Amino acid sequence: MTAPTDERHGRRPGSDGSAVRRNGWVAPVAFGVLVLLVWEGFVRLLGVPAFLLPAPTAIGAQIGSHLPVILETAAVTGGNALVGLVAGFLVGVLLALLASASRLVAELTTPVVLAGSAVPIVALAPVFTTMFGSTTEIPRRLVVTVVVIVPVFVSTVRGLRAVAPVHADLMTSLAATPAQFARFVRVPGAVPYIITGLRLAAPAAVIASIVAEYFGGLQNGLGSRITSAAANTAYARAWAFVAASIVLGLLFYLAGLLAERLATRGRTTT
Amino acid sequence: MTAVELEDVDKRFGEVHALDGIDLTIADGEFVSLIGPSGCGKSTLLRIIADLEQAGGGTVLVAGKSPQRARVDQEYGIAFQAAGLLEWRTVAENVELPLQVHGMGKAQRRARAAELLELVGLADFAASRPGQLSGGMQQRVAIARALAPSPRLLLMDEPFGALDEMTRERMQAELLRLARETGAAVLFVTHSIPEAAVLSDRVVVMSPRPGRITEVIGGCRPGGAVGDIDDVRESTAFFEAITAVRESLRKAHGS
Repeated sequence: MTAPTDERHGRRPGSDGSAVRRNGWVAPVAFGVLVLLVWEGFVRLLGVPAFLLPAPTAIGAQIGSHLPVILETAAVTGGNALVGLVAGFLVGVLLALLASASRLVAELTTPVVLAGSAVPIVALAPVFTTMFGSTTEIPRRLVVTVVVIVPVFVSTVRGLRAVAPVHADLMTSLAATPAQFARFVRVPGAVPYIITGLRLAAPAAVIASIVAEYFGGLQNGLGSRITSAAANTAYARAWAFVAASIVLGLLFYLAGLLAERLATRGRTTT
Repeated sequence: MTAVELEDVDKRFGEVHALDGIDLTIADGEFVSLIGPSGCGKSTLLRIIADLEQAGGGTVLVAGKSPQRARVDQEYGIAFQAAGLLEWRTVAENVELPLQVHGMGKAQRRARAAELLELVGLADFAASRPGQLSGGMQQRVAIARALAPSPRLLLMDEPFGALDEMTRERMQAELLRLARETGAAVLFVTHSIPEAAVLSDRVVVMSPRPGRITEVIGGCRPGGAVGDIDDVRESTAFFEAITAVRESLRKAHGS
């Protein structure tokens, strides 16, 4: 079979790329350190005011002194992102399965979900806050869920459709029922696509979770801390929470990447 | 009984006249090759017998039934140019697939798959993933899968087309042995003249536009003569068969 996307090739563990990849972190880390040094020197030499750009050492000091709060708020924001990611993933996959099983469901859901990808979904945050009240996590989790559904739905539908012609012929020759075709070929064949959808959705879930906090509600997450620190002219502290957001986003990204690697392992036949 | 009976079979794809007036009968246990240039309709003919395409006209009987009935009853097994294994299943699970689709119990399936993998010399690879096997080994798994429901007809659409010459010759020997052991009739589509000659009881030569049978030539092992395939490859009968097929193809093409 010809692989329907490029995603699945060139990722073979043990192929010649892995030696490069193993030491691949040296260059970006060195570059990052260099950027921090230049940033520090730039701020000190030119006396840049803190509201424009605080020095990395100042941000580092804030991270050190606020570590317990940072971890606490990161856990809240990360928890919301995770709950929304799981919920959105389940809904997205389920909708895609229904859409591929029934033409009616496909015609009803596909345009709605695709239109959803054009809507700036975080704009829903204030509406949800009003609907569910400002004392619960539900509005944020709901925003994340809606953000996640779209990429998961789209890539799952694509995966369910990407059946190699030889597999379709084979199942026809075996007089398989549509349900058997789905169970033996379509769904297992779509797994790498589904996980790719999850990988794309994971960092977006964190972004949605943080941005949703900008629109009121509980003040217990990274996003709300960033806004309140900035409002109180505690710029270095705001940046400390930004740094924590970046780390959280990277964590979700890496977890998604790992899941994708595991799901596509050993899938290289013709 | 006959494995396949075709009478005046016709097929058009829009303007293209793919098959015209095809008459062909394949006896039980007979090995018949279809050979011809690209576009002569040999794969289409095989797909019509497999009920993957519908004939435009004429009569098609597979094991004495309509192609659709024969497909549902698992009268034939099929192997394509691409092995088409399901990469998320183990080798044994791939062989079990046709049996699983038809609701055979797990223990029985296991036993049958083990037996078939023994037959194609891959017993040690039952738990491997298809991705870990070479192209030739994958094709052997595909043949084992085609044989799983013990069909009386094996349809093969250029199954060795993507293999290197050495592997290909080994696979030919293996296929002949399997056909003999299972007693299945084989319809084998190829565009290799020596392959058609060495394997077949009869070689059916086709010409394109419209796809027609121009000649049917006796292969070098009429009546399913048993013998070492490598001896056959060096026999005069083999070279005579090759020459006859080549001349027939040239005639069909030249006109």
